[in-house]
Amino acid sequence: MDFKTTITWLIPLFPLAGWLLWGLFGRYLKGFSGYLASAFIGISFILSVILFFIVAYSHGFTDTLYPWVHAGTLKVGVSAVIDRLSVIMLVMVTGVSTLVHIYSIGYMQDDKGFSRYFSFLNLFVFSMIMLVISNNVLLLYVFWEAVGFCSYILIGFWYEKKSASDAGKKAFIVNRVGDFGFATGIFLLFMTTKTLNYEKIFAMVPTMPTLTVTVIALLLFAGAVGKSAQFPLHVWLPDAMEGPTPVSALIHAATMVTAGVYMIARFHVLFSYSPTASEVVLIVGTFTAFFAAFIALTQYDIKRIVAYSTVSQLGYMFMAVGIGSYTAGMFHLISHAIFKGLLFLTAGSVMHGLSGELDLRKMGGLYSKMKTTAITFIVGGLALSGIPPFSGFFSKDAILADVYNKGYYFAWAVGEVAALMTAFYIFRLIFLAFFAESKIDKGLHVHESPKIMTIPMIIMAVLASTIGFLGIPPLNHSVFYKFLHVDFQNAKNFAPIVNSMPWYVLSSISVAAGLIGIYIAYLLYIKKAIDPEKIKNMFKPVYELSYNKVYIDEIYDFLIVKPMLVFFGFLWKVVDIKIIDGAVNGIAGAFGNFSVKARKIQNGMLMSYILTLSIGVAAVLFYYFIR
Amino acid sequence: MAFFMKYILTILIFFPTVAVLILLPINKKNEGLLRNVATLLSLIEFIASCYLFRYFKPDTYKFQFIEKFNWIQSFGASYFLGIDGISLFLILLTTLLTFVSLLSSYRYIKDHVKEFVILMLLLETFMLGTFAALDVLLFYVFWEFMLIPMYFIIGMWGTGKRIYSAVKFFLYTLAGSLIMLFGIIYIFIIHYQQTGNFTFNLIRLYNTNIPVNLQILLFIALFLGFAIKVPIFPFHTWLPDAHTEAPTAGSVILAGVLLKFGIYGFFRFAIPLLPDAALILAPYIVVIGVIGILYGAFVSIVQKDLKRLVAFSSVSHMGFIMVGLFAFTAISINGAVYQLLNHGVDTGALFLFVGMIYERMHTRQIKDLGGIAKKAPILTVLFLTSVLASVGLPGLNGFIGEFLILIGSFRSYPVLTIIATSGIIFAAVYLLWMFQRVMFQDPHDQIAPYDHHLEFFDDMNLREIITVLPLIILMFLMGFYPAPFLDRIDPSVLHFLTMLNHHKIFYNAIKIKTGLSNA
Repeated sequence: MDFKTTITWLIPLFPLAGWLLWGLFGRYLKGFSGYLASAFIGISFILSVILFFIVAYSHGFTDTLYPWVHAGTLKVGVSAVIDRLSVIMLVMVTGVSTLVHIYSIGYMQDDKGFSRYFSFLNLFVFSMIMLVISNNVLLLYVFWEAVGFCSYILIGFWYEKKSASDAGKKAFIVNRVGDFGFATGIFLLFMTTKTLNYEKIFAMVPTMPTLTVTVIALLLFAGAVGKSAQFPLHVWLPDAMEGPTPVSALIHAATMVTAGVYMIARFHVLFSYSPTASEVVLIVGTFTAFFAAFIALTQYDIKRIVAYSTVSQLGYMFMAVGIGSYTAGMFHLISHAIFKGLLFLTAGSVMHGLSGELDLRKMGGLYSKMKTTAITFIVGGLALSGIPPFSGFFSKDAILADVYNKGYYFAWAVGEVAALMTAFYIFRLIFLAFFAESKIDKGLHVHESPKIMTIPMIIMAVLASTIGFLGIPPLNHSVFYKFLHVDFQNAKNFAPIVNSMPWYVLSSISVAAGLIGIYIAYLLYIKKAIDPEKIKNMFKPVYELSYNKVYIDEIYDFLIVKPMLVFFGFLWKVVDIKIIDGAVNGIAGAFGNFSVKARKIQNGMLMSYILTLSIGVAAVLFYYFIR
Repeated sequence: MAFFMKYILTILIFFPTVAVLILLPINKKNEGLLRNVATLLSLIEFIASCYLFRYFKPDTYKFQFIEKFNWIQSFGASYFLGIDGISLFLILLTTLLTFVSLLSSYRYIKDHVKEFVILMLLLETFMLGTFAALDVLLFYVFWEFMLIPMYFIIGMWGTGKRIYSAVKFFLYTLAGSLIMLFGIIYIFIIHYQQTGNFTFNLIRLYNTNIPVNLQILLFIALFLGFAIKVPIFPFHTWLPDAHTEAPTAGSVILAGVLLKFGIYGFFRFAIPLLPDAALILAPYIVVIGVIGILYGAFVSIVQKDLKRLVAFSSVSHMGFIMVGLFAFTAISINGAVYQLLNHGVDTGALFLFVGMIYERMHTRQIKDLGGIAKKAPILTVLFLTSVLASVGLPGLNGFIGEFLILIGSFRSYPVLTIIATSGIIFAAVYLLWMFQRVMFQDPHDQIAPYDHHLEFFDDMNLREIITVLPLIILMFLMGFYPAPFLDRIDPSVLHFLTMLNHHKIFYNAIKIKTGLSNA
């Protein structure tokens, strides 16, 4: 192994070792496991940065660690693809992970499952790294499921709470529904191309019938819909907030949920050869961006607001990859990872300061009591609202500008409306939590979080205010675009640019949408120019729809879960016990009646039955031979 | 050593019987000694069987470690043993699980310990004999004798309706085997008519030419025998009863080894002996397999008894294996064989954990269980690992088998495979829901009669950890590094397919020919 391949495999090795070490010996390490786990991920981060520069200044490569599954014509190795796309993801994943690990040392300080927590968190980072660097579909699928499993155990980390263990189970099962499609897509892909290796598949795509490409792409997309919580499989993500908040920041905002977007960017060749599939991606993304923002408008649980916001922002990323703007999608993925990670960490800090309180109606006036948290939260909120110079402005705008210029006007309009709603709901949260008059219990001692938590928040806030500059000069001239576009050259240009609306016009509209949203929130919750209750009553049905999350969970329960349980009960109680087993026992009973008469030759000794059986067999045989 | 290697199969088969002779003189009141000696001897047996793996040549499909002696010369029955890549691992699974189940019963089996360990060891002899036999009559004898110890194990040490379950198990499988015996004898006679030779030698019987119509009848006869053993829907109803009422050791052996014989019978006997019939009937069998996958999963979801839930999950898993086997592609059959081993490891482990919970809580009703995770962290982690292996989580063994089965079958039966794939959703539903109710959340009723059992719930002791550890290690090993297994299975699978494809070509040729003559 040469230098760069050694580095490649060391990156996942550290978190893997960490998982085993804190898992097995955590009880002896006590508090140290947090520091050690952070250090391990930190090393992976440094190695990722080195690898980033190696790839940036030379070229990508692939490497096989060992042959893994060889059966018949299926030959798959544990192998990695290291190109610009994967190194960007690696740096982001390990970077955010390091900060979240450090933050967790403070957040999880008194938890009795401290080492267990870091063990699982390291396992997650390992799986996520492997997901990113896999160079074949099987390995991708393996770690796709593995990150889902880590999400399951971390959501249900406080398993004594029924709501937490319910949420973990729900996440796993809903994801399995998506993975059912994903797996089927892999089967079809393998049947068509006879290989699971990315490069070989992509080489074959241009010669494949469009219908096949479309079906495969849509099936793979089903997996992405589950993992990235898009409508109609988004239901697990808000519930996933039952897990510890740093987990939400890392897994349910920055990394795992973006795997679906990454997957499509990785399979850009496949998706770009099917305009139909790409259009479905666009439609689902656009709808989800709007739909989730709509629900977030009226929620009171701060983590759930941020969670619905994640669903909505992932929708924007799918819009981008759905129109073939893969770099724009990836740019928003990276920038969102930072500002949404930041929002979750700060939300966690609020929770920490309020002894676990999440309800906006029991907050207020926190600005004076936790300034660092408040300021960093506002930075995250501004980035999310798309206000320059924060990162969200550059990345969201890159998507919306492409959507407009490629001629998808309706999707663009929906995106702008969703952007307005986004700015409103996040500033509603900020105003109610930090600036409105305090409704906190007098007895509660509100305090700012310790440095070990605030420093990662500050670093994230600084990144969220600066990373957007990778997006200039605008559009196809930006630093980020020029760096990453190399990897997407094999994509078919199925959605050419049809407009050349100057970027500053589109940007102004977006910024205006953001500012209007913030202003409405200001009028409602600070200036109190309008009474929120009045608006609530004026649009009662709409309000109820949003507040009850469009009743999706109830609909699933009524249409799918309940009827299925009734049907399964029928299968067991009637089909299995009455019909099938009844028939078996009936036949046995008939023989039983006969055998009452033949009872004399039965003496209850099993051995003699066997003996009789053997004699009988011998007699039959004997008869044939002498015949 | 040379002698040992030359007769290794015979030695392995009959060592447990010799062990019984060692145990006989021990006073039956000295239960501790009986247990320890039996367990130790079964461990020696397992270690000895590892030599098979050590000296097995991976790159050939030919039978190895062959031993052949005349047995009943007058009608061509011989003592003919040999193994290929498939029987190799099934034998290793058998010796491992026998050791594991003996070790697992220290706490539960309190009466008639001597009889119990003797029956377990005799059972091991019969199971190993069945896997190693290449003579059809020898196979049948071992096969039939297997029933007797298992009948007593369920009937004597079982719970609840144990006598009913034991008799049902015995009669049901016996009925199947008798029909199977009829089929075997018929093939034997046809071979005699064609060649003038009496032989039960399996490899020679492979070359019997049987008219297609007759093949179908005979296949159905063998099918009944093997299908009941598997068991395939709708011949499965003996299984939930037998599994649920059997003692833990019995359940482990039933699920881990005895269920394997049905599939093994198809692979070794029914399909190669009657290839044309197998090819014709395969689509119907795949349909039955898919029904079994979903049916087993659906019924598992609504089970109220923890052990019955695991039992029904076997119906679902066996459906996957049947689909993989009868899809007749190299990948899917590799997967089916791999999954056969996985099922033994995973479900065996699940039954061990269910047993440990039952021993402590004195109930298996899911509604009365709960909150165990807080009391027993080691049990929780290891039980969860087994559950996830059974769900087919990547990184653990179940995934490799399931994935190979599905990706391999997709080529032959795309629509059916998609339906089968939906089984992975339901597996997650019944297993994770069960795990949540049993391990995490508090029992339904706070004043349940089992509360004080939960209060004194002790975590796994060293013996119990040693019992499950080999299985847990295998779950990871077979999940991360399947190569040593698949390398040895693959040649046998490819040879199996070559035999079958030979017939396929032949069969198609006849069809074309008759088609032409009609025209």
